[in-house]
Amino acid sequence: MSKARIDARFAALKAEGRAGFVAYVMAGDPDAATALAILKGLPGAGADLIELGFPFSDPMAEGPPIQRAAQRALAAGMTLSGVLELARAFRAGDAATPLILMGYMNLILHRGIETFAHDAAQVGVDGVIVVDCPPEEAAPLAKALDAADVALIRLASPTSDDERLKVVVKGTSGFVYYISVAGVTGVKEADAAAVAPAVERVRRASGLPVAVGFGIKTPERAAAIARVADAVVVGSALVDEVAAALEMNEDVSARVLLKAESLAKAVRAARIGQTTV
Amino acid sequence: MTSLARPNDYTAYPDAEGRFGDYGGRYVPETLMPLVHELDAAYRAAKADAGFQAELGGYLKHYVGRPSPLYLAERLTAHYGGAKVYFKREELNHTGAHKINNCMGQILLAMRMGKTRIIAETGAGQHGVATATVCARFGLPCVVYMGEVDVARQEPNVFRMNLLGAEVRPVTSGSATLKDAMNEALRDWVTNVEDTYYLIGSAAGPHPYPEMVRDFQAVIGQEARAQVLEMEGRLPDAVVACVGGGSNAIGLFHPFLNDEGVKLIGVEAAGEGMQGRHAAAINGGRPGVLHGNKTYLLQDGEGQITEAHSISAGLDYPGIGPEHSWLHDVGRAKYLTATDQEALAAFQLCAELEGIIPALESSHAIARLPEIVAEVGKDGVVVLNLSGRGDKDVATVAAALGRKI
Repeated sequence: MSKARIDARFAALKAEGRAGFVAYVMAGDPDAATALAILKGLPGAGADLIELGFPFSDPMAEGPPIQRAAQRALAAGMTLSGVLELARAFRAGDAATPLILMGYMNLILHRGIETFAHDAAQVGVDGVIVVDCPPEEAAPLAKALDAADVALIRLASPTSDDERLKVVVKGTSGFVYYISVAGVTGVKEADAAAVAPAVERVRRASGLPVAVGFGIKTPERAAAIARVADAVVVGSALVDEVAAALEMNEDVSARVLLKAESLAKAVRAARIGQTTV
Repeated sequence: MTSLARPNDYTAYPDAEGRFGDYGGRYVPETLMPLVHELDAAYRAAKADAGFQAELGGYLKHYVGRPSPLYLAERLTAHYGGAKVYFKREELNHTGAHKINNCMGQILLAMRMGKTRIIAETGAGQHGVATATVCARFGLPCVVYMGEVDVARQEPNVFRMNLLGAEVRPVTSGSATLKDAMNEALRDWVTNVEDTYYLIGSAAGPHPYPEMVRDFQAVIGQEARAQVLEMEGRLPDAVVACVGGGSNAIGLFHPFLNDEGVKLIGVEAAGEGMQGRHAAAINGGRPGVLHGNKTYLLQDGEGQITEAHSISAGLDYPGIGPEHSWLHDVGRAKYLTATDQEALAAFQLCAELEGIIPALESSHAIARLPEIVAEVGKDGVVVLNLSGRGDKDVATVAAALGRKI
């Protein structure tokens, strides 16, 4: 079911002639129960796919917002087993929304690559993104995930030239995650004009849909990217809502879902009145 | 899984993928992969270029002050009553430690690659000072990431870096120590991919760093091997060094790897003791992935990286270079531990008997000498890497001994 769920969602988006909205949230931020409420609410708020971060003590590719989200989740006791439980609970109520786990290699190695792949498939995870596992190191993980029918989503970036793209997309499935700016999450702003040709290049090289993330914070920016990409990923701006809600003593899930809704609306409306790319 | 077969040629590693057995590799975000490949290609070219090696040799001689002496520590030898103890005097290098050997090599490589901005991470500040030094010498801007906690406890080194023209950026993320400084340096690198060279100070990080740093530090072992042959007419029975990330140790060990009769002994920091807080990745950790390489790491039951502790800031790191992990697994090198208290005692003993104030890092190696000289026996010869001088540590030691200075 797993890879098929991603393919089906992108096929549906294509049929609708619009880009997808991918919401990234951190598992267990600020606690397991609230994170589950957020997860369950995201499809209704307009998320077409969900990326669920699993917290690691040393997230080297993240900017301050997601670093802090990971620290909140770890302080609240989140573990990889806890993340898988969240995924299971989400999947019990939603059979259609693709769920992608995103995080770092050490936790997967610690659990055991085969065990992790098996467990992820069992709880209804459709894909996995491992930030610090480039193709050169991915063979054992790719094999195990493939056997479990879970997609290993690859990343491409502004530093990926045509030769590198060939390496990146080899044997990939699901979609390709294009990192729109050289940098960490949630800091530099993505420029839609520079992103457009890059997305086209990645699409050509992979034959897969391209989701664009890093540096997309506002509905306006999300709409601009939605005009050129197959999906738009927003993470830091959502986890910042968790931080803000905690600080203001507001309802965390309500605040995050409100933000998700505004981003989803912008993405959905982006191509209205435009010829489909 | 790790291959436990002992190779015929230990110096043939890493392989083309940067692996020492199962360890090492390139676990970095995709954005950095092209840069890591570019660095690898540039390093291969430089390594094979006699002109580069000659230029480096010139700076090592005239600026760093190499070769460093091999010195027979007579009174310590008499004190222990076992094997002859020689010190490889890396503390006599410019900036007072072995760190500059690597910095000199990498800055020349950075300039060869046309990079115009240098970044580095530092814990105690020794690598930061060495990096700031070569940046000053060659006129390159330098940013050093340093955990906020370390900035507070190593103020003189922060000032030293500032004097040398470097900008020290305190790191507040995570636990605000060396591992977080390294995360932050990697974040800078991934953000400034065009002009920036990341000058890593330990034999760790993504390939080719562990190999490259080892090669630049191998001058320690090459000199020591030739010096001991000249002075004793034979190879030593054991060579000993402290191990944090492990650059001074691998630099000493590497030229002896195929001399199977020479015991290689690393000493990790046992901090408050192995049941308490410590920094002994091999003796108290498990293999995992951090900072671009697979290696032994301190981690909790869930795979989260845990804080290291050592009285010596230079050993205060939860990982170890991947080549050490491999040498441990195949049994070529042995890794012992020494506690804060043992290192403090060795620090004082060395000062009193030899008139040399050793770095607290090196004091960990000295602390294991009684067992090592006894094992090797009265006719034996031991070479210990005195990797740094202890002037930087006098405040720490005074505080630990309850003395106000």
